[in-house]
Amino acid sequence: MDGLIPVEERPALAAGPGDFVGRSVTRIEDAPLVRGEGLFAADVNFTRQLHMRVVRAEFAHARILSVSTEAARAMPGVVAVWTAEDVADIPLIPFRATKVRGLEPYCQPVLARDRMRYVGEPVAVVFADDAYRAEDAAEMVVVEAEELAVLLDATAAPGEFAPGLHTEPTIVRKEYGEVEAAFRSAHAVVELELSVGRHSGVPLETRGAIARYDAARDVLELHGTAKKQHWNRDEIARLLGRPPQGVHLFEGHVGGGFGVRGELYPEDLLVCAAALRLRRPVKWIEDRREHLVATNHSREQHHRIRAAVDADGRLLGIDDVFFHDQGAYVRTHGARVVDLAAGMLPGPYRLPAFRVAGHFRLTNKTPSATYRAPGRFETTFVRERVMDAIAARLGLDRIEVRRRNLVTAAEMPHARPLDTLGVDVVLDSGDYGGLLDKALSRFGWDALQGELAARRASGECVGAGLAFFVEKSGLGPSDGVRVAVDATGAVELVSGAASVGQGVETVLAQICAEALGVDYARVRVVRGRTDRIEFGNGAHASRVTVMSGSATWKAALAVREMALDCAARLLQLPSSGLTIRDGVVMREDGLAGPTVTLAEIARGMGPNSRAMHGHTPGLTAERWFWSDHMAYPYGIHLALVRIDRGTGRVVAERYLVANDVGRAINPMLVEGQIVGGLAQGLGGALYEEFRYDPSGQPLSTTFADYLIPTIAEMPVVDVLIAEDAPSPLNPLGVKGAGEGGTNGAGAAIAAAVDDALRRPGAITALPVVPATVHRLLGGLA
Amino acid sequence: MKAAPFAYHDPRNVEEVLHLLATLENPRLLAGGQSLMPMLNMRVAFPDHVIDLNRVEGLDGVTERDGALRIGAMTRQRDVEEHPLVRARLPVMAEALSFVGHWQTRNRGTVGGSLCNLDPSAELVAVAAALDAVLEVRGPAGARDLSIHAFPEGFMTPALAPEEMVTAIRFPFWPAGHGHCFTEFARRHGDYAIVSAAALLMVEGGRVTRASLTLGGVAAGPMRLREAEAALLGAVPSEEVLRGAAARCQEIEAMSDPQAPAWYRRRLATTLVRRALETALARAGGAA
Amino acid sequence: MSGLHDIVLTVNGERHAVRVEARRTLADVIREDCGLTGTHLGCEHGVCGACTVLMDDQPVRACLVFAVQAQGRALRTVEGLAQGSRLSPLQQAFVDNHALQCGYCTPGFLMLGTAILEQDPAIGDEALVDALSSNICRCTGYANIAKAIRAAAAAMRAETAAAEVA
Repeated sequence: MDGLIPVEERPALAAGPGDFVGRSVTRIEDAPLVRGEGLFAADVNFTRQLHMRVVRAEFAHARILSVSTEAARAMPGVVAVWTAEDVADIPLIPFRATKVRGLEPYCQPVLARDRMRYVGEPVAVVFADDAYRAEDAAEMVVVEAEELAVLLDATAAPGEFAPGLHTEPTIVRKEYGEVEAAFRSAHAVVELELSVGRHSGVPLETRGAIARYDAARDVLELHGTAKKQHWNRDEIARLLGRPPQGVHLFEGHVGGGFGVRGELYPEDLLVCAAALRLRRPVKWIEDRREHLVATNHSREQHHRIRAAVDADGRLLGIDDVFFHDQGAYVRTHGARVVDLAAGMLPGPYRLPAFRVAGHFRLTNKTPSATYRAPGRFETTFVRERVMDAIAARLGLDRIEVRRRNLVTAAEMPHARPLDTLGVDVVLDSGDYGGLLDKALSRFGWDALQGELAARRASGECVGAGLAFFVEKSGLGPSDGVRVAVDATGAVELVSGAASVGQGVETVLAQICAEALGVDYARVRVVRGRTDRIEFGNGAHASRVTVMSGSATWKAALAVREMALDCAARLLQLPSSGLTIRDGVVMREDGLAGPTVTLAEIARGMGPNSRAMHGHTPGLTAERWFWSDHMAYPYGIHLALVRIDRGTGRVVAERYLVANDVGRAINPMLVEGQIVGGLAQGLGGALYEEFRYDPSGQPLSTTFADYLIPTIAEMPVVDVLIAEDAPSPLNPLGVKGAGEGGTNGAGAAIAAAVDDALRRPGAITALPVVPATVHRLLGGLA
Repeated sequence: MKAAPFAYHDPRNVEEVLHLLATLENPRLLAGGQSLMPMLNMRVAFPDHVIDLNRVEGLDGVTERDGALRIGAMTRQRDVEEHPLVRARLPVMAEALSFVGHWQTRNRGTVGGSLCNLDPSAELVAVAAALDAVLEVRGPAGARDLSIHAFPEGFMTPALAPEEMVTAIRFPFWPAGHGHCFTEFARRHGDYAIVSAAALLMVEGGRVTRASLTLGGVAAGPMRLREAEAALLGAVPSEEVLRGAAARCQEIEAMSDPQAPAWYRRRLATTLVRRALETALARAGGAA
Repeated sequence: MSGLHDIVLTVNGERHAVRVEARRTLADVIREDCGLTGTHLGCEHGVCGACTVLMDDQPVRACLVFAVQAQGRALRTVEGLAQGSRLSPLQQAFVDNHALQCGYCTPGFLMLGTAILEQDPAIGDEALVDALSSNICRCTGYANIAKAIRAAAAAMRAETAAAEVA
């Protein structure tokens, strides 16, 4: 098939746990973090640094009449105050390549020009010698504005963005099959109106950016970055008129990303421009209230979906119209979330006909972009609600209706006549029905039904629900890794990957160690550094293990081959009879014989060694991995909830996530991703929401309003990691594991609450809040 | 989120505090800081002067005096929660405190600070009303006692003159064998109560001889359910009677916001009062 | 109006003489003036617990204490847990049990956990959840953090038992 790597070309990683791969080894990242010696953005300091404080819009939509900065300039410690005029030469922040046209005029300026479009939008910046004083001065900036009508409902008719431009920049449409015929010939049609509330990643570390112009070397440095260093570097360079090699991005420790950190924001460009112009390092650390109104929001979608089924509950066609609340501007993802939602909606089911129209609409709220399982948390909720509705309509068991529709293992790879993110949707491998069986068995689903009946008989309000999800991961198009062994035998691996705290270093070290025959703890992994590797695609979309991991495998194998060739000459043995263990090349058969260390080989491969004349010196190899297709992890969420009738509180008692990840390089880390992802998914299902008042003022502005689950809100969680369907698309067989824990949570909780209420279809919106549940219960208990 | 500048004062005795209150413009008293400091950091409060009470002598301690528990205003919530006198004689206070924020909050937060902050959701304010607490106030004119019921003047506004401070609070004991319960509904463990309920009962000879029912989170100040209490007096505390008392919550006037509209607060109040009564009854000696 | 105060903070047994405005929080002064950046800021309004330090052995939110208030108190931060290259049993348990991912909340949980182990190592499950609910983690889903604290308690019991036998 197109895009799949031919089997004979790649040396695949053998199945089963190896020396390092497949083992739950502890992380090499941990020591500095548990010692408090990490380097998060706020920990970065330079001599003579200035602190930047942003003055933010206080109206959701207004014409800016004037911005007065004299009083601020006069405050102690203030070095400069900028408004839009001072940065007029910096273009609007662009978005990454997309097939969608016409989005450019909706991009965000680094400082609001004649209009403010959301509460929290940067309007001016103050530079002072101290963070407290910068905040004092920022309070003295006076913004005069004339309020304009606000648009807060993405389902309402679009309004005016600017003369000649309205607030619906595009509609993402996908269609295949005979949709009208499907609905005409249907035995039944279910029609639902469903919505997901606005919420987002909200990492515990707020954003931060520290820019420094190294005049001695003519390099602009940006510290505190994450996620997508190389693209960001190229754009920063372009927007500020510098050559890319004259801009270096550094990533230290990153306090969680979840999709929202590491995109290019106004503040990143402002600190860079300031470092260049003010000739002093400039440090900006976001505070929590700023974060909740200025860092990307996500998830808010409203769907009107119809599904046609036959008499057996098999899907004939789906027609979905949805409204995506993008907030005030198009940010660096363009319309990707809408594209993903549309393309991934069918999930694991056979679907002969499909039509979707995703209305990408701007409102006067904080701009929105990707957040863990973007477009999929939303559409899994929508699609699984549809499946439950079909079951209810036809009087079928909720599990049975899914079984009848799941794409089978025999049908893999299963191409949908769809694309998402510019890549065809081809479900690469999977045994959906098999994993469903395992999950139900592990959760004790059948026995649970009896238990639920008994508990209900004694007066409890309890229920169970499930959701099947398909994830996407391993987004290409490429990534590269350079592996080098130095004269002491220590290994350095330089990758174009980035970290958001997920354990990138350890996983790449494990893969490298497996291929090369060294101890993983002796592998130093460099990531997030544009000055160490020329190209890279960063960390997002659960891509690092697939892309950088595969590149690591190839590069480490190449180094292994070089070392064995060299050793064969030195030891006078055929290289096929040699192996490497703990950095020592020895006979594979275990018999006594001469050995040589990688250190010795490396020493012999320096440029001054005669043997290296005419060759590139060093025991080192750089390899790239390309992929035109994504890999599709999949799984099931199963939830058991109890409702307190008197208050409407929903308590998640027990939960199972079954997730096939193709292959788990480090099962402990995979489980960590799933449980952590689930905590966020539960947050979106039950607690977290960005709310606005009718004038567009944000109401969720502190952690007292935006409710993140604590340990007390977590159910008992069981994780079933499956490796039944390795991906045929990369030599490791891996699929990403970053998002499955979040994906199905909204759907599973909704299903469980319906079951507890004994009212199919009761839950049509997330988050499920106690007052709503109480109302659905119909009053006092 | 850094506080605006202020002048800092670090008095060592109450006289000094009173002097500062009387002479400074725009001062705030700093007790445990768990409520005030977020306000300062968010710059929704910006006093010119902060008077730190944490080193003032004589403001902390739990003692017994004239049939009441006397708690110094600066006594840490955690110390009250764990105090043997409290656990033995006024367990409803210990139970209420277990809902106040988290361990770390209670390590710094004080009883006086919470009461003077008068957050409508504050558990200590509700339980003080349930117990008919009396605040000891000192000012330039001398000392006076103030009933908790007269303490809330408005939303988060105590009936104190600007130069006055609360130095201690007295909580009259209930007799041994009384039943108690403090319960609340909050979105997450440790969050501010959306609605809270405190119930105290004396049951003697199978009948209710004394009842205290209080709601928090429904109005600016705590709400004593006097009519429900009156209805309980002399009654046999059957399930029906308790339900009837709780059902009166359907008639109360409650605050409303989009997250917890008035109708929902009334429902919560009804549920929580019933549960509080049931638990208090179970804990009371002398229940028939 | 806001003058500077000369104070001495005792952090992990070391004295730091600093000159600060009264409005500077303990968290900021520990980080910026004492140079100990292990204590992190997550919210600055007392909810997330990332800034947890021990003050006279009690866990407090350092963002809700002014530095000038902490003079004369024994302060302990995450940097004081390890003995040279030897991690504390709790730090080691965090590593062994994958109780951290991004590491941002970790110092706060380590200080909270240290206090729990010092005051009530045999703490019950419900009480442990109650105590840990004061801190937010956005990465791990918490299960491994509780597991690590239990593991550390067990390791410390074993160490004590071994020492007693010896």
